[in-house]
Amino acid sequence: MTSFTINGRAVTVDVEDDTPLLWVIRDEIGLTGTKFGCGIGMCGVCTVHVGGRATRSCITSVAAVAGAAVTTIEGLDPAGAHPVQQAWLALQVPQCGYCQSGQIMQAAALLKDFPKPTDQDIDAVMSGNLCRCMTYVRIRAAIKQAASVLGSDATHG
Amino acid sequence: MARFHNSDALSQALTRRGFLVTSVGASLAFGFPSAAEAAMDPATPDGIPPAPAGPAFEPTLWFAMDGDGMVTVNIIRAEMGQHVGTALARILADELEVPWDKVRITHVDTDPKWGLMVTGGSWSVWQTWPLFSRAGAAGRLALIEEGARLMAVSPEGCRAEGGAVVAGDQSIAYGEIVRRGTLTRRYSPEEIAKLPIKPASERRLVGRPVAALDIPTKINGTARYGIDAKVDGMVYGRPKLPPTRNGSKVSAIDDSAARNVKGYLRSIPLEDPSDTVPGWVMVVAETYPAAIRAADLVKVTWVAGPGAAVSEKDLQDHGTKLIAQPDAGAVLDTGGGDTQAAFRAAQSSLEQTYTTATVLHFQLEPVNALAFEKDGLFEIHTGNQWQSLIMPTLAKALGRPETSIVMRTYLIGGGFGRRLNGDYAVPAALTAKALGRPVKMVLTRADDAQFDSVRSPSVQTLRMCFDKTGEVTAMEHHAAAGWPTQVMAPFFMPKGLGGAPYDPFAIAGADHWYAVGAQKVRAISNDLANATFRPGWLRSVGPGWTNWALESFIDEAAHHIKADPVAFRLKLLTGAGRNAGSAPSAVGGARRQAEVVRRAAAAAGWGSALPPDTGLGLATSFGQERDMPTWVACAARVHVDRKTGVVRVEKLTLVTDAGTVVDPDGARAQTEGAALWGLSMALHEGTAFEKGLVKDTNLDTYTPLRISDVPELDIQFVDSTEDPVGLGEPATTVVAPAIANAIFAAVGARLRHIPITPEAVRGALPKG
Repeated sequence: MTSFTINGRAVTVDVEDDTPLLWVIRDEIGLTGTKFGCGIGMCGVCTVHVGGRATRSCITSVAAVAGAAVTTIEGLDPAGAHPVQQAWLALQVPQCGYCQSGQIMQAAALLKDFPKPTDQDIDAVMSGNLCRCMTYVRIRAAIKQAASVLGSDATHG
Repeated sequence: MARFHNSDALSQALTRRGFLVTSVGASLAFGFPSAAEAAMDPATPDGIPPAPAGPAFEPTLWFAMDGDGMVTVNIIRAEMGQHVGTALARILADELEVPWDKVRITHVDTDPKWGLMVTGGSWSVWQTWPLFSRAGAAGRLALIEEGARLMAVSPEGCRAEGGAVVAGDQSIAYGEIVRRGTLTRRYSPEEIAKLPIKPASERRLVGRPVAALDIPTKINGTARYGIDAKVDGMVYGRPKLPPTRNGSKVSAIDDSAARNVKGYLRSIPLEDPSDTVPGWVMVVAETYPAAIRAADLVKVTWVAGPGAAVSEKDLQDHGTKLIAQPDAGAVLDTGGGDTQAAFRAAQSSLEQTYTTATVLHFQLEPVNALAFEKDGLFEIHTGNQWQSLIMPTLAKALGRPETSIVMRTYLIGGGFGRRLNGDYAVPAALTAKALGRPVKMVLTRADDAQFDSVRSPSVQTLRMCFDKTGEVTAMEHHAAAGWPTQVMAPFFMPKGLGGAPYDPFAIAGADHWYAVGAQKVRAISNDLANATFRPGWLRSVGPGWTNWALESFIDEAAHHIKADPVAFRLKLLTGAGRNAGSAPSAVGGARRQAEVVRRAAAAAGWGSALPPDTGLGLATSFGQERDMPTWVACAARVHVDRKTGVVRVEKLTLVTDAGTVVDPDGARAQTEGAALWGLSMALHEGTAFEKGLVKDTNLDTYTPLRISDVPELDIQFVDSTEDPVGLGEPATTVVAPAIANAIFAAVGARLRHIPITPEAVRGALPKG
């Protein structure tokens, strides 16, 4: 039995301790916005936040998040309108969309660490997230747009 | 290629048009849209289509309008990132004169009434344009007529506008016409065929920016892909894959270690009458992690099928050997001429050989399918690009008629041609049948890569000869590769000169629009490749390798006669004779290709001075097929580090003439993605066969393009009102040769194999 919170809700799951968090989220809890891609933490489509940090859920055991706060794409913003999501919509970033939950979760974490990211910051952080449709040009532009929105929000209180 | 289209694809489009005629003639009446029960709406959470408001007006198979004036457009194409429903629905909505916020789309499940269901070849907009334009026009005319009656005015004095029929200062909304009216107008087939399509100046949705309908659910986690499908009582399957793609037989299964895995159920050797997955053993468990763990512990012994020892080098050597056999393969009809005589009479000639490595699709959603039988119907829940191809195979595998099988439609987490081959549906179905309960099969990434229908490695030899003034007098292009269409859809193969069938998707591109005198194009099936693996269609198919060879060679030919590569191309793109082009889709012919070459060269600053070890290279293409040419040119600017051999692509300039651009933002997105796929296959990704299997099966060693590798992109479209053609693939085909030509311009190293590695660049640098 492992207990943690997901998107603010307390859950207890009865699975083997070494079960990857990804499958607990998808199949036990039923939130399928988090995806399965490579299984070795190198494509980023399974990215969620654990305690606010971007984490690859396919290589994170459920036991490792006992007591922690997990956030998935479904819980990033109550209305699905986080500035990163709004920028993704405005710039029509997704193509097939399969990697985009992971991209958005990674980008949201990036902006916490680098409120005004340079291209080098974006390269360094986002290179772990593969987009097979190659929407990279728009991902970069949307991160910058979200940064500017978040920056002006901070300025204005 | 042209023959294939004229005989098959076009007749298919005509058949569908015929269907429209029948529907309008026979059933222009009210009815509940049956599609709501059997379709997926990408704009709604979980994909469930909203219920229509009251009885609907359903004048054709292709759309229904409800009492609120909401239009639901039925899409037979798969959504895999191209926002295809958004592009197609607006063609219909534009003619129907409804505003975009009154449009929904549903991606339909398989039903014979839809005709051929295939999404590939960048064909969707091109094929649907005439059909959906007239379907929309038919609805508009019916609504005007009935609206006029309800307003007691003459239809001649009415026009349709913004989802209403307007007559002078009065108007009636479409929804009200549907609620109050009696829509009984009938059209004869002749009338339908003559329905006028609006002039370009009156288009309200085509060519204008609108938001893609499938995007909102893709940013909040509610979009539903095949891997998200679920049904009560399902169990999970992960296969044990045999040592060869074809012909392996299971001799023993030992699951003693797996029995300790909590949730493990059984390991089932699949009996497959369709021979799609010979030698597969499905490991079934209560959860997917248990299936993964158990499969790692199950030991299967096989008798391997053919190809168990084959290497990439064996495949390429075999291709080289076949090219050396003059009678191998099929010669395309490229206008004739005696190339042998021309080469004998030539002042000089050039011959080069180009190769490409095996490429994985590596679509991020691993292949998967949920299968179960319910109420006498076998349901397959999965994303798929060519339902019509796999349905007969499923029927054979399951031993039941196609009419008792349905494929439910889901979003596709990356197609790129992988899901044109629906082979992955078969093992899920067989397992569900064997177990008598729902089974969801998901391949792990390594399983997916091993089972991929890869892009075949290729070998191509090109020859060109010149007279004493440097004029080109003949050209030959010989291409050997695995043939996906021969292996999976032989009925799709056209015949070359003398009746030999060939795979159009393994040679298109070689039948180019340059005027080269006598021309010979020979397509050769690499039978060792076909036996070793199941060759796949991969984004841009044949032109992905034929244009690599062609455009590298054209560059070499220009240097051979000391001509400027751009000037040389323009000189050959005369637009005369068979390259003049013809209606409906190739109006202007090679002259339009010359224009994109000129524009790309100008935009990239062709001829201007560049820093040391930096070069510009150009390549051009007509996209996929001669009767559906998308004219594209790419200029690549690269810097080469002579010491390390590392190539840095600084900028790609792409100019595309795709006729009318239906969906401007979608067109740009497709071109961005296609160009970066081209870059990825030029420099970053490729694998090799070792002992009958691909050696790279995950991202630890397979290395597609990442965000940090993306160069500056300058993407431009030619303004045009010609018929729309395809946009998903053409940009893929020009990037690799543009880069190779730029490397040569930068440092004098000529690369003839992709992917281009730093080691190969170092080895190709001029000595001294």
